[in-house]
Amino acid sequence: MLLVIEQLLNGLQLGITLFLMSAGLTLVFGIMQVINLAHGSFYMIGAYVGATVAAKTGSFLLAIPAALGAAALVGAVVEIVILRHLYKREHLDQVLATFGLIMFFNELTLMIWGRQPLFMDVPGPLAQSIEILPGLPYPVYRLAVIGVGLFVALALWLLFAKTRAGMKIRAGASNRDMIGALGVNINLLYTLVFSLGALLAGLAGVMAGPVLAVQSGMGESILILTFVVIVIGGIGSIRGAVAGALLVGLVDTLGRAFLPVLLRLVLESSAADSLAASLASMAIYILMAAILVWKPRGLFPAHA
Amino acid sequence: MSLLSRKTIVIGGGALLLFFLPLVAKLTGQPYLLSLGSRILIYALAAVSLDLLLGYSGMISLGHAAFVGIGAYVVGISQFHSYEATPFLSAPFLLSGSENGLFVLPLAILVAAFAALIIGALCLRTTGMHFIMITLAFAQMLYYFFISLEKYGGDDGLSLYARNSFPGIDLSDDRHFYYLCLTALGLFLLFTCRLVTSRFGLIIRGAGNNDRRLKGLGIRSTSYKLVTFVIAGGGAGLAGALLANQTEYVSPGLMHWTLSGELMVMVLLGGLGTLFGPVLGAAAFLLLEEGLAMYTEHWMVYMGPVLILAVVFAKRGLFGLLAGGNSRDD
Repeated sequence: MLLVIEQLLNGLQLGITLFLMSAGLTLVFGIMQVINLAHGSFYMIGAYVGATVAAKTGSFLLAIPAALGAAALVGAVVEIVILRHLYKREHLDQVLATFGLIMFFNELTLMIWGRQPLFMDVPGPLAQSIEILPGLPYPVYRLAVIGVGLFVALALWLLFAKTRAGMKIRAGASNRDMIGALGVNINLLYTLVFSLGALLAGLAGVMAGPVLAVQSGMGESILILTFVVIVIGGIGSIRGAVAGALLVGLVDTLGRAFLPVLLRLVLESSAADSLAASLASMAIYILMAAILVWKPRGLFPAHA
Repeated sequence: MSLLSRKTIVIGGGALLLFFLPLVAKLTGQPYLLSLGSRILIYALAAVSLDLLLGYSGMISLGHAAFVGIGAYVVGISQFHSYEATPFLSAPFLLSGSENGLFVLPLAILVAAFAALIIGALCLRTTGMHFIMITLAFAQMLYYFFISLEKYGGDDGLSLYARNSFPGIDLSDDRHFYYLCLTALGLFLLFTCRLVTSRFGLIIRGAGNNDRRLKGLGIRSTSYKLVTFVIAGGGAGLAGALLANQTEYVSPGLMHWTLSGELMVMVLLGGLGTLFGPVLGAAAFLLLEEGLAMYTEHWMVYMGPVLILAVVFAKRGLFGLLAGGNSRDD
């Protein structure tokens, strides 16, 4: 039972990271109708800049704003220099151009930081574990990640539901020509939304730093999970991003943890282990296929 | 179109060059040219099959490498069982391993086409951005599936003991292998050439241009698109089977989405919606890679911006540049 709770928390933590990635990306998809493969690069940039600043200054508190700033800045530059010219082009052009960006950023980080992965220490006060239930110690850092994620989700909801800027963003998502005609500076709005998405990805990256190895190409594995989340949740929908992220995070984590145990009940152990390994690595894709058959536009399509 | 249009000259010149490449390699004493040439031909085959989706029928698949990988694994697994003398399947029917190319290559095409049938049927429930992401996700699923297959090497992949055997030719001879690849590419080009100019081709090109109007004309394009997806998957499977023979090695890396992306880049560099463009694009991409890699280990840092510039400024690709205005087949 304690193991189940621990794995649930781990799944929640993966879900939070995926939410931070997919919230920004789904907005970019939904509002600008542009497909951006380079979103994982912002995650990677956040992680690298965060790890470097933390190593140089020894302060995780400085690493966070540095990572967020770097990711947001690179995001804004990418939007202004390249993506802006592709909004009216076909999806294929956007895919290829952002694929070029991935090549560029991955190789650039190799040139700057080398092939050795960076490792980030868990910041001092968060380095221990606390007993959240009798007999179940859990790392404080992971709890903190979950807390930050929930806080960001709440802040995003307030931004979208309660502020004027959020209203414009929602309006842009449902009809971009109309809000342009109503006198909203669309170019600025697009740059801000894109930069906000990059910032969230950077936050996910710097928070993943102490848990994963920081290395070139780390953005792509999370990017593909993010795509799965967005397909499940529905393009352009924050609510869908929340639901999809939690679903993917939990299914992936619980599948890896418990499928071997479950299959051993019915199969002999070596066959169970190899089948469980295959099934666990494919579980979220099978989930996605199932949801797709049931609801081709995702659970919460933005323009239902 | 006159007999000696620019397009005919470019295509004929390219074909002559490819045909005489082994001679050039021999005369200049650079056997390395042969294996580079074979690689170009194989990637060209995969890129042409992808162009059927991207350029003709408007399906933007970012998971085409999955079918290349499946084709390669058919060769790898088949030979694994042939070497171990164990059956691949004992029930419901006996399927033993084989290293006979006459059996294995068609099998690779069939298995890849069958996988494309299933994946395509699911993916075609969606369009646009969803389609891109879902094809990508399915390819990654297969990538992780093959990583988890410990029996066939998992992450490390499988080494082949030798190339497949073929009656009458010796594939361990690089020249024979080169001509096998050239024949495969030639036949596939001939087939796709007939395909895209047929009534079937008109429909898929219509679906690529304006699916809604096609529906207005009373044609449901989904099944046509699915057949195209299956044909493209089979073509990629053949490319994968040849690639496994060329490198004598298969690994999940063949399904990685960067390969899907690179195939897309080849199609775009060469010229979208042309049959010979992707051949040119594959050659340009691999030569550029080789060339840049000679000067710097970090060639991708230059390739990325080149690609972005090509997207923004050179829509018609190299083939359009060389063959002029009427390079597109539609």
